[in-house]
Amino acid sequence: MAAISRDEVANLARLARIAMSDAELDHLAGEMDVILGAVARVQEVAGKDVPATSHPLDVNNVVREDEVLPSLLPSEALSGAPASEDQRFKVPQILGEE
Amino acid sequence: MSLNYDQAIAKYEPTLGLEVHVELNTNSKMFCGCATEFGAKPNTQTCPVCLGLPGALPVVNKKAIESTILIGLALNCSIAPYSRFARKNYFYPDMPKNFQTSQYDEPICINGYLDVEVETDEGNKSFKIEIERVHMEEDTGKSLHVGGDTGRIHGADYSLLDYNRAGIPLVEIVTKIIPNTGKYAPQVARAYVAALRDILRGLEVSDVKMEQGSLRCDVNLSLANIGSGKLGTRSETKNVNSLRSVERAVTGEIIRQSSRLEQGERIIQETRHFLEESGQTRPGRSKEQAEDYRYFPEPDLVPVVPDNKWIEELRKSLPEKPADRRKRLQLAWSVPDKEMTAMVNADLLDTVEQTVLLGADPTKARSWWLGEISRIANDREVFPTDLITTKDVAEIIALIANGDLTDKLARQVVEGVIAGEGSATDVITKRGLKVVSDDSQLMKAIENAIAASPETADRVRGGNVPAAGALIGAVMKATGGQADAAKVRELLLKYLGQ
Amino acid sequence: MSIRDNASQMATALANKEISAVELTNQHYQQIEAVDKDVHAFLHLDKEGAISQATEIDKKRAAGEKLSPLAGVPLALKDVLTQKGVPTTCGSKILEGWRPPYDSTVVSKLKSAGIIILGKTNMDEFAMGSSTENSAFGPTHNPWDLSRIPGGSGGGSAAALAAFEAPLSIGTDTGGSIRQPAAVTGTVGVKPTYGGVSRYGLVAFSSSLDQAGPCARTVLDTALLHQVIAGFDPKDSTSINHAVPDVVAAAKKLEVKGMKIGIVKQLSGSGYQKGVENKFNEAIVELVKLGAEIVEVSCPNFEYALAAYYLIAPSECSSNLARFDSIRFGLRVGDDGSKGAEEVMNLTRQAGFGREVKRRIILGTYALSSGYYDAYYGSAQKVRTLIKRDFEAAFEKCDVLVSPTAPTTAFKIGEKADDPLAMYLNDIATIPVNMAGIGGMSLPCGLAEEDGLPVGFQIMSPAMKDDRMYIVGGALEAALLAKWGKPILDFAPKLAGSK
Repeated sequence: MAAISRDEVANLARLARIAMSDAELDHLAGEMDVILGAVARVQEVAGKDVPATSHPLDVNNVVREDEVLPSLLPSEALSGAPASEDQRFKVPQILGEE
Repeated sequence: MSLNYDQAIAKYEPTLGLEVHVELNTNSKMFCGCATEFGAKPNTQTCPVCLGLPGALPVVNKKAIESTILIGLALNCSIAPYSRFARKNYFYPDMPKNFQTSQYDEPICINGYLDVEVETDEGNKSFKIEIERVHMEEDTGKSLHVGGDTGRIHGADYSLLDYNRAGIPLVEIVTKIIPNTGKYAPQVARAYVAALRDILRGLEVSDVKMEQGSLRCDVNLSLANIGSGKLGTRSETKNVNSLRSVERAVTGEIIRQSSRLEQGERIIQETRHFLEESGQTRPGRSKEQAEDYRYFPEPDLVPVVPDNKWIEELRKSLPEKPADRRKRLQLAWSVPDKEMTAMVNADLLDTVEQTVLLGADPTKARSWWLGEISRIANDREVFPTDLITTKDVAEIIALIANGDLTDKLARQVVEGVIAGEGSATDVITKRGLKVVSDDSQLMKAIENAIAASPETADRVRGGNVPAAGALIGAVMKATGGQADAAKVRELLLKYLGQ
Repeated sequence: MSIRDNASQMATALANKEISAVELTNQHYQQIEAVDKDVHAFLHLDKEGAISQATEIDKKRAAGEKLSPLAGVPLALKDVLTQKGVPTTCGSKILEGWRPPYDSTVVSKLKSAGIIILGKTNMDEFAMGSSTENSAFGPTHNPWDLSRIPGGSGGGSAAALAAFEAPLSIGTDTGGSIRQPAAVTGTVGVKPTYGGVSRYGLVAFSSSLDQAGPCARTVLDTALLHQVIAGFDPKDSTSINHAVPDVVAAAKKLEVKGMKIGIVKQLSGSGYQKGVENKFNEAIVELVKLGAEIVEVSCPNFEYALAAYYLIAPSECSSNLARFDSIRFGLRVGDDGSKGAEEVMNLTRQAGFGREVKRRIILGTYALSSGYYDAYYGSAQKVRTLIKRDFEAAFEKCDVLVSPTAPTTAFKIGEKADDPLAMYLNDIATIPVNMAGIGGMSLPCGLAEEDGLPVGFQIMSPAMKDDRMYIVGGALEAALLAKWGKPILDFAPKLAGSK
């Protein structure tokens, strides 16, 4: 069972958008190792012929008709916004592509 | 060393891949009942679901599934008997949940094709574009970048987000790689998007307005040495907002990539932005590490399992394919190829057909719309149907057909209708343009003309028929052009014993 | 009438106009005031909303309007369900102060039934935990022994019942978060069949496992509450579109003669405290006396349930919690003009999420990563199929399955906090139920000899047959009540200041 490196954890933290200190990354790397060691045993029984279950229910085709229902009022929609302007959610500078 | 297009294409073989996103015209959003109106005030068409509030859950819009299946059928795809939604996980402020509910390895439509025609040196050539998949997903919100000088992200101080657009149904259509287009790659790409647009319009599933963003195209392109049998590294160009841009983007990328290759430089696999003004592309922000979308089946939604009965009903409801329709009309109206292409390119096929359906002769309808009316429209920089209706044109053609108008008079009527003087009959009445068909009136004018030129009349009596021309001209002048010249000639010659 | 009565008794008193809803509500607030400084079951009290609703109910009753059976009865709501205009924190700093603009379907149904929501209860942050120690707002204390955990993640909802701060509560259960707290506090809790209760407005932890469920001090009360909150919801694509089984009739049936009760071999043994197993076995004896037949069943794939759960749940949560990005609601940290949106997002999530949540997000992100998906998440989903099959095979031979709910009684606060794996083991008997999506109930079956602390008895019924749990639970509860002479909570030490 390969150990998970601190760099790998750092990459995961980046993907998950959580700013972690080096100490935290180290600590987590250790914990991940232990936990992954314990959960890896699922591979023992997960044979090729076993289908995956992503839903406990055996239901298909749940749909709704294409009708318009009332939306929230803008004041309600924005009620939780940490910052807003002109009835829009305000965020600091976004770096990256539109 | 920079190559021009011809030089580039002489050395390198382009391979294309096209991804088109279509915004559906459903009344409500993909996963909630919010309205989808364009241009509403910010954040007035949102709810816990499309805002991604904690606890909210999606429910699939049935019409969106239908529209997607129709698109798949129109593109000759197989409809998957079992398909699922998946989460595509990544963070971006315009994506409320920070995952997009999309489809991954189980899309609803697969393996279709579309034949497109392109004008080549050897005449029209047909290219079969293979379609990899058609799947459903949801649109993002819109961001407004404030501060900075161009309203673009770079240099902006902050951004403002409007989630009205978030959750509107999107259909993604992905081609398989398109090889063997050679120097016609730009035209093939354009023709594909145009053909797709026509089909989508015919299905009435979207407005397909590229300028408004309801049809978006990403262009993938790679180059390889001709005959190498390998594939080069591809670039993806986004922000291609018109048919012309599609063509220019392909051309631009071929030139850019070939120039780099000539200089011995690698092509970087990256996303680029198309720049309208220059026709070139600029790189997007370079990502040091690739994004890992961590797709997994969407646990809040159940599989889509369309039954055969439903698919067949939808198949039956498909409108005639644009290409088939064009062939049918061309045959029915006996239109030569070149004229057919001109009519289609001018986007006047529907207009002409409507005019014909109102009773007009096809050739006349074509000639009026593409001739006189288009001329005036181009002068004024508007579209022909902005000036006059198919009803008016059909009426005018009918009046000519039954002799109430000559072509010459009809032009004046068209002018009058365009000027807003009323319907065709209104204009005729107001301007007094009706053809003089009363024989006695004509005879009077004829007698006058003969009396004014007795020698000419004698010459005609003597067998010199062509000499009658002058007399006919005089009669036409006297009637203000409202006589039917052919009728005048008939009566005159009879009178003079010819 | 006393606050130590059960909900049905209170409902009767209300119906007979022996007490008004406002009085009943106020009595409960008085109890909360007396004991919650020690128990800390509640994070927020909505006195204004509760009194307002109670007043409405009293008016309607006076006017002779027909009211739902539980109208006027107070309830404590786990802080993971949205209630419009009322703070909903999910036990997390990242949602501190957030007032949702909409009601969850569960809350809508409670309001329609005239049930009085007293306030929001404490929980492990985002429902991740088995002790309520992961709450960002401090732990809840077990009313049986304030130095001990009340279970988790729904420790607040269970403690509120055991401390007589409310006769009814709502919990949610993803791996045992209703049942395990019920077990360690001597109360009753049910996780309905997956899809039985709407998840619209239930802040998602693990979407394919989460279920809201009824909690109370008796099986009948739980059944009455189950009836109120269960049912199809068009806003939840995973909700069951069938009639809710008559769980109230089932709870009243008190008849198990001829029923086949399966004991799951794998849910016993060395990991289980001796006193827990003893009480479990004594309860089995009662069921046999009542005429039930005991069958031994083996569900070998249950050995892998914990491992699969700790792959599926973190994976789904890593995605579900991505929406907490400081933009549209919740905490925002570091927005001082010098940082871009992404950095503010990173800092906010770092400050707003606790250790366990971050641990599971990282674990889930890893399990879904390209290259690892098949080995981890993919494999875990297959184990799920195997567990489902084990249950199906077992239910061919029995009507219900049973086991101890939790391997131990309530442990001390702080005892397992630094050992994630040890903590995860608390769910070992409850997890298989969520993995298969079937129904599970915990009810008290005695006090362990070693420590005098409550032990829970778990009953598992096949999907969409929740009534079976209530039949067996109701009958067992009656038998044990007869045996003990008084309800189990009467054995608990009285809390300082309590009525």
